Amino acid sequence: MTGEQFVFLAVSGLTIVAGILVVTLRNLFHAALAMMLSFLGVAGIYITLGAGFLAAAQLLIYIGAISILIIFAIMLTRRMMQAQDTPFNSQAGAGLLTAVLSFILLVFVITRLWRNEIFDSPPEVPTAIMNQIVVQLGADFVSPDAYVIPFIVASMLLLAALIGAVYVAWPQVEDEA
Amino acid sequence: MEGTPVQNDWYFILLFVVLSPILAAVPMLINYLLGPRKPNFIKQQTYECGVETVGDAWVQFKVQYYIYALVFVIFDIEAVFLFPVAAAYGQLPLFAIGAAVLFILLLADGLAYAWGRGVLEWV
Amino acid sequence: MQIDPIELLVRALDLTILAYLREQFAEQPTALLIVNIVIVLTLATVPLLMVFVVGWTERKVLARMQDRIGPNRVGGRYGVLQMVADVVKMMTKEVIIPAGADRWAYLSAPVLAVMTSVLLFAVLPLAPAVIGVDLNVAVFYVLAISSVSVVAILLAGWGSNNKYALLGAFRSVAQLVSYEVPMILSILVPILLARSMSTIGLVEAQNIPFIVFVPVAALIFFVSSLAETGRSPFDLLEAESEIVAGFHTEYTGMYFGLFMAGEYIAIMFMCALFSTAFLGGYRFFGLEELTTTIMGYPFFVGNLIGAAALFIKSAIIFFVFMWLRGTLPRFRIDQLLNFNWKFMVPLSLVLLFTVAVLDKLIFVWFPDISDGGRALIHLASNFLIAAATIEILRRRIQRQRRALEPAVVAEATPDLEHAHAH
Repeated sequence: MTGEQFVFLAVSGLTIVAGILVVTLRNLFHAALAMMLSFLGVAGIYITLGAGFLAAAQLLIYIGAISILIIFAIMLTRRMMQAQDTPFNSQAGAGLLTAVLSFILLVFVITRLWRNEIFDSPPEVPTAIMNQIVVQLGADFVSPDAYVIPFIVASMLLLAALIGAVYVAWPQVEDEA
Repeated sequence: MEGTPVQNDWYFILLFVVLSPILAAVPMLINYLLGPRKPNFIKQQTYECGVETVGDAWVQFKVQYYIYALVFVIFDIEAVFLFPVAAAYGQLPLFAIGAAVLFILLLADGLAYAWGRGVLEWV
Repeated sequence: MQIDPIELLVRALDLTILAYLREQFAEQPTALLIVNIVIVLTLATVPLLMVFVVGWTERKVLARMQDRIGPNRVGGRYGVLQMVADVVKMMTKEVIIPAGADRWAYLSAPVLAVMTSVLLFAVLPLAPAVIGVDLNVAVFYVLAISSVSVVAILLAGWGSNNKYALLGAFRSVAQLVSYEVPMILSILVPILLARSMSTIGLVEAQNIPFIVFVPVAALIFFVSSLAETGRSPFDLLEAESEIVAGFHTEYTGMYFGLFMAGEYIAIMFMCALFSTAFLGGYRFFGLEELTTTIMGYPFFVGNLIGAAALFIKSAIIFFVFMWLRGTLPRFRIDQLLNFNWKFMVPLSLVLLFTVAVLDKLIFVWFPDISDGGRALIHLASNFLIAAATIEILRRRIQRQRRALEPAVVAEATPDLEHAHAH
């Protein structure tokens, strides 16, 4: 076993174990913490894939922002915070079925639609490009030949999300007429 | 040696993440071993300025905090897009700068909306 | 693999020993791992030990500003060993975990607090070739790690089962996430100017320090780094008069000490990052490139000069940190958040916008402009922005004052009459 494989097994093990904890822990706050651990594991997987920028983005967005938001949301609702019920409700069976089906689908896509060569010999990427990969990404974001439209659409989506969130979460201002 | 074709700097960070808790845990362990251990009921009560502890620690959570966190999430995600663009700035044509600037303007628009709705007002 | 002891000594003296060892063992994975472990432990321990120096300096300087003497007993007249004595004291205190505490959250919070601070030092360039790892997205990494430090505060606040701690944690988190926005937007400006996200790239691009280009961005970054490290006037996290000690109310001994250590380490790093992004980092008039030869081996004197330059620059910034702490009163939470969302964020957006447009136009209009000319144009635009901001603020405040005036007069009048009666 190479060092790389060891690291991969460790971080993916962390992701899976933490993921299981998220759905089985009874204390909602603990479940949120386990979710952060799971996110951390995913960041580790990105690192083994050589995608450091994604790993940092994972930390920044999922742990530093979204998890915080989720914890705040938990704290907003008193009843939820004291709930010690079992997490297995009537939808557990349907959830399990969905999970298994998605897993089979993913395995099918990865093993059948892609040939195995890509796993045996990863494509050679010149070091120069590897080092500049984030700069390349940045240039592609705003290049008309690449992703400028999705880039702007993403921006509008975020704007819509912000407006929507504010609209839903904030009480309507009465007209002062 | 088999393995990485490109040297991955981030493994160093991973190593750092694995090792740095030890550094913090050691002083805690020393403290645990050196300190006296005489717990009693009064000592273990949470501190409320000398008054007896009442109820659990749940306090009224201001919805405002949640709103700030929401706005922050949006800005955070936009930052992820802006960082690579900023790093690539040198090789961008004017058109691309226009796209990036439009991006910033849309972001500012969101802030202006939140401001106008009075969300940023602390009440 | 033979290692010449003399060369090792020379490398140790000019600070390149870690890079040297890495190079020597590049072909042996196990040895390389051990070398890297040593590097990590060094990088993590040095800031932790520096806390002794920084803590003592702050107490001494702050005392002088408040017309006190400060520590003067332990370790001679100047109390140099005061921090050591404090740590010994903390180490021998009883560990009290409050009843009803969430043990896991309670115990992991101080560890995470130190971890997130120490991890930052992995990407700080001390001298031209002296750096833990030169990530190509180093600045982004720094922001990512410091955003995780929020989790430590939430853990502590929740885990303590204390109302003050939880209130303090909410406040702190609101403050930290809010001020992260102007910090991100203002650090984008030097990245634009340097066209690089790596810390070394930032430093190498500064033939003229970026503070000359964009003083307003530097100011925004400085203020938000004050807030991010919870320093006065943004030290709401420990507003003693309102919420005791905030999120670490229930921590004793070294468990509390680790929060303090984490805070100081983060402050040190923020000072160093400010120096790196705006003051030219380890650069010092080209002296950081000097090399000479000792006993037949090249000796990079420049590294020592560079490290000293970075240290002095950071120390100056840290002095300003202390100065503000000794001078300014604390913000209220509403003032703090308003100041961020209604002043810092809009201003940094305008600034980012201007720099993004202007720097491109400069190169379109003057393709072979010198660094000095470029700096001058940016500086002028910054002055315009600053002037406009001050004008807008002035008008706003004037309007507010006028609205308040009748009330002020009405309030003052009975007082006057009262005085006359006597």
